[in-house]
Amino acid sequence: MNNKIDVRNFNFYYGDFQALDNINLAIREKQITALIGPSGCGKSTFLRSLNRMNDEIASARAEGEVLLDGKNIYADGVDVVELRQHIGMVFQRPNPFPQSIYDNVAFGPRVLGQARKNTLDDIVVQSLQDAALWDEVEHRLHNSALDLNPGQQQRLCIARAIAVKPDVILMDEPCSALDPVATLSVEDLMHRLAETYTIVIVTHNMQQAARASHYTAFFWLGKLIEFQETRKLFMSPQEELTESYISGRRG
Amino acid sequence: MIVNMEQSAPTVAPKRKPVPRHWGEWVIENLIQLAGVSTLIIIGLIFAFLLREGLPAFFEISPATLLGVRWYPIEEMYGLLPLLAGSFIVTIGAVVIALPLGLTTAIYLGEVAPRWQRELLKPLIEMLAGIPSIVLGFLGWVVLAPLIQKAGAPTGLTAFTGSLILAYMSLPTIISISEDALYAVPKEYRDGALAIGATKWQTIWRVVVPAARSGIVIAIMLGIGRAIGETMAVMMVTGNAANIPALGIGMFFQPVRTMTATIAAEMGEVAKGSLHYSTLFAIGIVLFLITFSINSIAGRLVGSQGSRRSGGQL
Ligand SMILES: Nc1ncnc2c1ncn2[C@@H]1O[C@H](COP(=O)(O)OP(=O)(O)O)[C@@H](O)[C@H]1O
Ligand SMILES: [Mg+2]
Repeated sequence: MNNKIDVRNFNFYYGDFQALDNINLAIREKQITALIGPSGCGKSTFLRSLNRMNDEIASARAEGEVLLDGKNIYADGVDVVELRQHIGMVFQRPNPFPQSIYDNVAFGPRVLGQARKNTLDDIVVQSLQDAALWDEVEHRLHNSALDLNPGQQQRLCIARAIAVKPDVILMDEPCSALDPVATLSVEDLMHRLAETYTIVIVTHNMQQAARASHYTAFFWLGKLIEFQETRKLFMSPQEELTESYISGRRG
Repeated sequence: MIVNMEQSAPTVAPKRKPVPRHWGEWVIENLIQLAGVSTLIIIGLIFAFLLREGLPAFFEISPATLLGVRWYPIEEMYGLLPLLAGSFIVTIGAVVIALPLGLTTAIYLGEVAPRWQRELLKPLIEMLAGIPSIVLGFLGWVVLAPLIQKAGAPTGLTAFTGSLILAYMSLPTIISISEDALYAVPKEYRDGALAIGATKWQTIWRVVVPAARSGIVIAIMLGIGRAIGETMAVMMVTGNAANIPALGIGMFFQPVRTMTATIAAEMGEVAKGSLHYSTLFAIGIVLFLITFSINSIAGRLVGSQGSRRSGGQL
């Protein structure tokens, strides 16, 4: 199995504060990799390093390499805008634009100039189907996306992300604002998406990591403590810290 | 005391509120109420006065005359169209100039400029709103008008000169309020767009500005409101010729006379109670109706978008 993303000797700072400390991690293609760890340990920071969303923060500074298909995304001359077209992102709080459902999904193809009108319709339908939302919104594509419930909004955000056919989808606690039923439907969706996409998901819910991922990385105070196949990490953790965290004695 | 409160609770909407425990509070409450009510009463009185003085004109002057194209009160020609056209042309011109300038400035301030520039420029721009309009009128008269004449217009005192002054006057309002609206757009929307691979400009133009549109509409409407009601500066620079210019781009470079300037210029020399006097008030009523409908259209626009929760609403 190929490494889609290879993180090497990666450090990250907010001003003087070091949020990530020498991370080495390989993310496998078309697998779901979960990032777990207590709040504030750097999961979101790590995730946002993978599509350079941290560039938007003035005080942020990165060291080391993140190879996407073998190419360092932090190398000089990398076009961040282009990079993000290959790496979609779904946020903790569903953030559909205050526009119609259709326009939300069409946003990506439109700004990237990918689609003419006739293919745009196809892309929107296909993306909504892939995000398991089509049946619920088929008859109100031109209603405001803000009329949807949170679970539907989050699936809409997934549809919006996959409409531009990225290789990788990053998800930052995508279910934390959802009820259990909506959570299961998003997890279900993730599994189907993993046939096509490489998925990295942050969660502080260990059941979710255990249920929904192939690989799990455990972060603690900015350090990567353990990275394993999910089953192994939960059944027979190698590190004492991992063991005590997953058994609920810490965190 | 407590028993007392509980007893009075079931009484539905007592006419007078029981005297509060602190007399100071009682005084303040009533003062505020008095202030609120008196504002309403004053507005009502102004409107009643306007109607009393102005309505006779509508009964005594035939509609055909009122809709005539000549404003020449000495000859009993009370055609309002030239004045309407004058106000309309000057205002449209002002909006066409102020809208793109104001919106792009707001975008620059809110989305592009580094923080220190924003913090320096915003108060400066808000200060511009405090320049007395008569000063701008002077500026238009002394500086702008000669320039415009040199540029080839038959005279420097034109509708366009007035539009420039009005645009300048409404810019601080438009910039300041649109910038607030842009600023209120949640960061999540920007992140969402950037993460898809939109450029900064695409993010601003396709997500942030639309999300702030109701605030921007308010900004423009308030700007127009200021422009259409403005008097002194406009009177000084628009030439005050009550004629209807031929439709086309040329109409902006002709002298015009606005409704407000007409009232201001003629009110002093008219006999109280005369038909002319009453007609000037009638113009006031028309002006009032126009600003009132602009405001309610703005309210409608904002309301229809505001019913859905979205960013950038004020
Ligand atoms: N924009 C920021 N500026 C400064 N410090 C930050 C910023 N974002 C996060 N941090 C800090 O970095 C650390 C890791 O945060 P984060 O990556 O959000 O953790 P997690 O997602 O695991 O909860 C925390 O100590 C947090 O306070
Ligand atoms: Mg986080």
